[in-house]
Amino acid sequence: MSRLRRAAPASLAAVLLVTMPWWLGAVGGYTELATRIVVLGLAAMALNFLLGFTGVLSFGHAAYFGLGGYGAAMALKYLAPSDALAVAVGVAAGTVAAALIGALIVKLRGVYFAMVTIAFGQVFYFITFRWDSVTGGDDGLTGWSRLPLRLGPLALDVQHRDLAFYYFVLALFGIAAAVMGAVLRSPFGRTLLAIRENERRARFLGIPVERHLWLSFVISGGFASLAGALFALLNNFIDPRALRWDQSGNFVIMAVLGGMRSFWGPLVGAGIFVVLQDFVSSRTENWMSFVGLFFVLVVLFFPRGVLGVLRRRASA
Amino acid sequence: MNSLLAVDCVTQRFGQLVAVNEVSMLVAEGELRAVIGPNGAGKTTFFNLISGLFPPTSGRIYFDGKDITALPPQRRVALGIARTFQVTEIFPELTVRENLRIAVEVTGGHRLRLWLRRRAEGEIRARVDELLALGGLGGKADRLVGELSHGDQRTTEIMTSLALEPRLLLLDEPTAGMGDQETYAIAQLVRRLHRERGLTIVLVEHDMRVIFHLADRITVLSEGSMLAEGVPEEIGRNESVQTAYLGGAR
Repeated sequence: MSRLRRAAPASLAAVLLVTMPWWLGAVGGYTELATRIVVLGLAAMALNFLLGFTGVLSFGHAAYFGLGGYGAAMALKYLAPSDALAVAVGVAAGTVAAALIGALIVKLRGVYFAMVTIAFGQVFYFITFRWDSVTGGDDGLTGWSRLPLRLGPLALDVQHRDLAFYYFVLALFGIAAAVMGAVLRSPFGRTLLAIRENERRARFLGIPVERHLWLSFVISGGFASLAGALFALLNNFIDPRALRWDQSGNFVIMAVLGGMRSFWGPLVGAGIFVVLQDFVSSRTENWMSFVGLFFVLVVLFFPRGVLGVLRRRASA
Repeated sequence: MNSLLAVDCVTQRFGQLVAVNEVSMLVAEGELRAVIGPNGAGKTTFFNLISGLFPPTSGRIYFDGKDITALPPQRRVALGIARTFQVTEIFPELTVRENLRIAVEVTGGHRLRLWLRRRAEGEIRARVDELLALGGLGGKADRLVGELSHGDQRTTEIMTSLALEPRLLLLDEPTAGMGDQETYAIAQLVRRLHRERGLTIVLVEHDMRVIFHLADRITVLSEGSMLAEGVPEEIGRNESVQTAYLGGAR
């Protein structure tokens, strides 16, 4: 029973994602837009691992997202022509940064935690912004591109075929989502829920709260950096805006929009966000004020987010 | 008799205020000790010192002969000290079963596990079911704790503490804010844990019926200091205790 209830949303998500290039095309979208939804959805889900399931708000997750992106871009530009290596380098860069910064901030709570995550995020933003010779500065890092994937005799031309790249991204997304889901259903995952629900009780059950928060922060930052690496490969470009504070804010908006208490909510939120952005920005430069208005309406009338409302309907 | 808990002359100051003043207490293994006193007597502060919420300004605390004065809460839990709070501390948006399960898993050393072997899973479920039955929560196992009555929430909290398999259980006003029926149910539960399982319990309580019904010995605090200690009959006859409770000491 509970196994079925758990499997149903995941199967639905899988079907929708696998077929997304077609149905999104049918309603006026295009393959690259679908890829962007999956990539940013992964980032929002990674953030929500921390926000929705550990109860801690990070306002600086763009730092790990952006480091993932720069790691991947620099690996392709300076190290070796391999997408796999690029993704690995990006994830390693973001995860190490999350581990170091996480260790410094896990004692902070609430607003203080959020503020310090912003501050550290901005540190990385300014480094990429100023260090022209390595990062390309404000103009971003160009002069590289993703390459076809080769596995022995098999080759997948993710460089020129958008659809192939979409499925490459979706495969990694699927692995990431499966891992996050499995962690959340494990005894360790339940200690994170415990911390979210009541930190004092968690402590008095014998959970070393700071250590578990740190692990959650590292896992969350790691998956955010995977998303960032894929984001760089998607655009064949990365610039400092990918790790600026407003990008962090966008991830939070996506998570809250879709529903931060539901596992797939942030993906839905990312979908709404990206489609709104794409649709409105082709008509007006002030697209963000429309997204902002929409966000305010959702928070006022559906505080549990889009999926939170659907779930409540389903159980009522 | 062996004392499981030994509090040696602890003092806790908050600025100018002396909340607990040179209090000593020995609690024997298997004893049920009540700590009573008028409001502001320092009972809760005294409890927080024993459970490790903060270290005392001075004095030492020993548990089973080991100095625990400087240990943080989770280390004391590992040694076998569990507590409940005056304002119930639970996981409101999780079910009763999940609340207990987390406690059982942490106690079983599984807190960092990403998966469980079939055998461990079976053991955990059996233990959770046992605790649900003991607390009489079987029928409410899959309800969210936040939606339950005050009494059931408190029972859940006591059962999660019990899931830690403690050697010493600290209960901070377990019947506070409850009606007669709920108070009686909690008192019966505490009595059973003590009588049938031989659990050592220290209890802060206001309800005199509960105290005289349950306690082996009573410690009376007043204005941060120890006023009296003894078996219930002695305390009931003690004049200075009566004065303190009737307000004459103010």
